[in-house]
Amino acid sequence: MITRKRLAAGVCGLLAALTAGLAFPAGAAAGEPTGQGAPKVDLVLDVSGSMRARDIDGRSRMAAAKQAFNEVLDATPEEVELGIRTLGANYPGDDRKTGCKDTAQLYPVGPLDRTEAKTAVATLTPTGWTPIGPALLKAAGDLDGGDGSKRIVLISDGEDTCAPLDPCEVAREIAAKGIGLTIDTLGLVPTAKLSRQLSCIAEATGGTYTSVEHQDELTDRVNQLVDRAADPVVTPVATEGADRCAGAPTLKSGLYTDREEFGQQRFYRVDVRPGQELRASVSVAADRAVNPGYGVLMRAVTSKGREIVRGEAAGNGRTDVISTGLRYPKAESDDEDAPAEAVCLSVSHSFSAAPGVKTTPGLPLELTVDVVDAPSRAGDVAAFGLGRGWWLLGVLILTGFLAGVVWGWLSRWRIAVWRTN
Amino acid sequence: MRAVRALSAALLTLGVAAGPAAADASPSPSQDEASAPTRAGTSFRTATEIEQGQPATASGSTGDYLYWSFPADTGQRPTVEATVKLPESHASQTWQIDVYDGLRRRQACQYGAQTRTAAADAPSVKLACVLRTVRAWSEPWANDPLPGTYYVRLTATGVATADLGLPVGSDVRVDSRDIGGSAAVDGSLAEPLVPGVATKPGQEREDAAVLAGLEPEDGWASGRWSDRWVWTAAGGIMAALAGVGGYALTRGTGRPSRVPPA
Repeated sequence: MITRKRLAAGVCGLLAALTAGLAFPAGAAAGEPTGQGAPKVDLVLDVSGSMRARDIDGRSRMAAAKQAFNEVLDATPEEVELGIRTLGANYPGDDRKTGCKDTAQLYPVGPLDRTEAKTAVATLTPTGWTPIGPALLKAAGDLDGGDGSKRIVLISDGEDTCAPLDPCEVAREIAAKGIGLTIDTLGLVPTAKLSRQLSCIAEATGGTYTSVEHQDELTDRVNQLVDRAADPVVTPVATEGADRCAGAPTLKSGLYTDREEFGQQRFYRVDVRPGQELRASVSVAADRAVNPGYGVLMRAVTSKGREIVRGEAAGNGRTDVISTGLRYPKAESDDEDAPAEAVCLSVSHSFSAAPGVKTTPGLPLELTVDVVDAPSRAGDVAAFGLGRGWWLLGVLILTGFLAGVVWGWLSRWRIAVWRTN
Repeated sequence: MRAVRALSAALLTLGVAAGPAAADASPSPSQDEASAPTRAGTSFRTATEIEQGQPATASGSTGDYLYWSFPADTGQRPTVEATVKLPESHASQTWQIDVYDGLRRRQACQYGAQTRTAAADAPSVKLACVLRTVRAWSEPWANDPLPGTYYVRLTATGVATADLGLPVGSDVRVDSRDIGGSAAVDGSLAEPLVPGVATKPGQEREDAAVLAGLEPEDGWASGRWSDRWVWTAAGGIMAALAGVGGYALTRGTGRPSRVPPA
């Protein structure tokens, strides 16, 4: 009777715990910060002399760009803060030095007044040089501040005329600031050289490159990019890994970014309590020309340097990113206040820079860390050790039958013995 | 008797308590069935979430890396199919789909044309990848597919510079075959392999950005049920019947002839 009462009490206790468990998660997250900064987009338009060329559906490139801008301004979502910057709009002269500084903010990044923005766009006439690099730097400045997503949409019809400042390097440096900025590029009737330059800029920041030859393509694409900026995206937290396990930054569950140079190894620490599972994944992005053949290795090591588990990946050919991940479930401990184990994550990649490509800043690295409850252990290969299939049925039937026969013989023999006595 | 009553009461209450929780889990933060996604993300972080069986389209440019993510649960064997509509004139191009799991580990395709080269000016290229069956549990050192989020990356791996940026259209669809009890393994994960599951914002912030928010239609499977229960129970019943049969066989029918009447 006592055991029964205990059982009933236990069931009630379990029930209470379960109900509490079910009710709890909703309340637990109440204290989290709410809201995210408004997404910001800066449209950077090339207004250089070459925009006069009439080769987009029989109209000039400038006219096509103006129409596209008008349509995009109409379709821009409420929450997006949009700005417009021009390059080569003001200086018509031949002085390269002055021409290469010619970039201006046509409409400041902020809440959008459609009429005002459209009026500003209407005033543009194709004029000067194509200083893409300086314009990108200024555009990055326009977008400074706030914690929403940031995007530059660069529309150009000719490659940068302001060497030696390579716009591709500029883009990489902007990305290296860790402000989570993406540059998308659009080339109007591009040459192979322009294609290469614009896709280099895009790849340096994880953006996209599109070549445009028709009016509707331009409008659709710019609209799509502005819409994409409006999508809520988790913003990663910048961190800096150490070169040894001791002194590595301690990470909690979340999304992180860092930079890792070629041939470097980065360490991060995560505290894992008994009965918890560490899940970590890392992606290293190739933001510049790299040699084919690359890899990434993430190891979870103890503070003493013993490897627990590793994730590795290798590949070759064109890629944006190489990624891998690992899981480390830490066994439950009998001791209730057993300390958390500091697990070190060591990340290294085997990208190598193509000849003539700058190696600094390092490649962007994205790290996700999740610490969750540990999985239940598997005691058998099959679920609960249960069986399945015709062999199982055959064996069970045969065993049952044999047992029946033996039982029958036994009982016959017993009756016979009983009768003779 | 009291224990039995308490137990059944507990089960009933549990059922009632679990009901709303399960119902809460199903509405997904993004698109529903009616509005199929018409765009794709450009990184793991921005991947567009799609449901299984939901056709997704996206327009992009040659050279873009397009990302989608979908949930896959225990016992499913997902098949990812992608069709890329290429521009009218182009050089020969190689396209590829890669599938990654929730830990961003590349998942092998059992079969299917994962990489295909389209001849110059070919109108489209079709790709497919059949994954391994998703298991409920695996050793941490293994790379087996586990229940959780899966990422699809579609890109051109071999492309001439002149073709970069040309507009392309893509259709992606994920379907899966239910493998059932033969793939039911012991053990289970505490949480599905969904990135950011440990930092999931609460119900109050439904519009907040998450790395992956979609769940299978009926929520994640608990992993307790499999048809192995039916097989094992049926085996037990048949063994019992065979036992009775075997017993009856040794007893013969009716009264043994050599036993004298009482």
